[in-house]
Amino acid sequence: MLKNRIIPCLDVQNGRVVKGINFVELKDAGDPVEQAKIYSDGGADEICFLDITASNENRDTIIDIVRKTAKECFVPLTVGGGVRTIQNITDLLLAGADKVSINTAAVKNVDFVKEASKKFGSQCIVVAIDAKKVSENKWEVFTHGGRNKTDIDAIEFAKQVETNGAGEILLTSMDKDGTKSGYDIDLLKTITTSTNIPVIASGGVGTLDHLYDGIVKGGASAVLAASIFHYGEHKIKDAKEYLNSKNVSVRL
Amino acid sequence: MNVTIVDYQSGNISSVVNSFTEVSKGKVNLEVTSDIKKIKSSDKIVLPGQGSFKSCVDSLNNINGLVDTLKEFAITNRKPLLGICVGLQMFADVGYEEAETKGLGWISGKVSKINNQNGKFKLPHIGWNEIEILKESKIFKDIKNKSHMYFVHSYEFIPEDKSVISATTDYSSKIVCAVEKENLFGTQFHPEKSDKTGLKIIDNFLKL
Repeated sequence: MLKNRIIPCLDVQNGRVVKGINFVELKDAGDPVEQAKIYSDGGADEICFLDITASNENRDTIIDIVRKTAKECFVPLTVGGGVRTIQNITDLLLAGADKVSINTAAVKNVDFVKEASKKFGSQCIVVAIDAKKVSENKWEVFTHGGRNKTDIDAIEFAKQVETNGAGEILLTSMDKDGTKSGYDIDLLKTITTSTNIPVIASGGVGTLDHLYDGIVKGGASAVLAASIFHYGEHKIKDAKEYLNSKNVSVRL
Repeated sequence: MNVTIVDYQSGNISSVVNSFTEVSKGKVNLEVTSDIKKIKSSDKIVLPGQGSFKSCVDSLNNINGLVDTLKEFAITNRKPLLGICVGLQMFADVGYEEAETKGLGWISGKVSKINNQNGKFKLPHIGWNEIEILKESKIFKDIKNKSHMYFVHSYEFIPEDKSVISATTDYSSKIVCAVEKENLFGTQFHPEKSDKTGLKIIDNFLKL
């Protein structure tokens, strides 16, 4: 039976982890490679880096981090943030990323998803959708970290990226992100039932129960979380044991 | 020992290279190349594969003499070869991804889309799934039955001769996820991304 995945996400800015884990055993709390290794050793099913570096000049920094991490972590590595061109994808994959996550570039031009999945295979193309609720059962796609409104319907867009070859959808609720009040389950359920590709839930996790809800109520194939795994609040292992105790199948 | 990971310009092989490098540290001489001469002088070959069946076969055919060299290595000289993901799928006679495409024809069978029961099972099959070991395989030495491996695929290899199947995984049906036929080994899952258990399989292959 296919297991539900737990994916810790690390926000990286100019080569350093922002909001990183703060375990006592860490030598350097800002080093993404060291933190990824801790997650991987702790049983993370995948590792996700989100590069929030604003400038393009610093792209080499994330590539260097990916290169170092990939030599030490033997679980899948997804990298997102600023992926705009085929060359960006090539660079990340060559450095050792297994998947790349495309956000703004996919919204601007959905053909980019098609081109990328045709060139690299759907298995490594994740489309990150940032959605915000606009009315009852209606969500809209936002870009640039939730700042820019697009007037694109999130459900329609999800279907569209599937048709264009995305292998997975990383779905973030902009309403819930950072609130620690749980995923937007309605949004999640709507997208997971409207598409036939795996959906990774993101945005709003504050407790282990939220992970449970994302999988069981929302239908997510994987749950992504950042802050609950930081500061040693919960370890990946705790999350998995908790889910397992509630009959959610995970890789233990 | 010389081990070659065949780099035929198709898909992302960094992870395969990284994990083999990790496991083979100081033990074997690892080459990543499509150089025919180097392949000929190898003791073992790893054939990775990402993207579609058709794109992988096309890329193999694009390199002059590569298919013949691999055939001579694996079929005539019976030296150990490990196919990973589409690398395994290409052992088949034919694949149906994108368009009907002739495979290498090393193990009779076909590669077709996983029957996902009208959308009941999401495709691609992505993530960690348990493998059920059906026969003793040299690459499964010290691997426990029901171990978790990392999968990412939408197509499955269906061999004619079921005795080549060394493991299956359950996703809508029993999907063939590992084969062994004499010197030919293949995994549908990605040992290079399957944590310590995956690295152990790589180690087993290197120790053959």
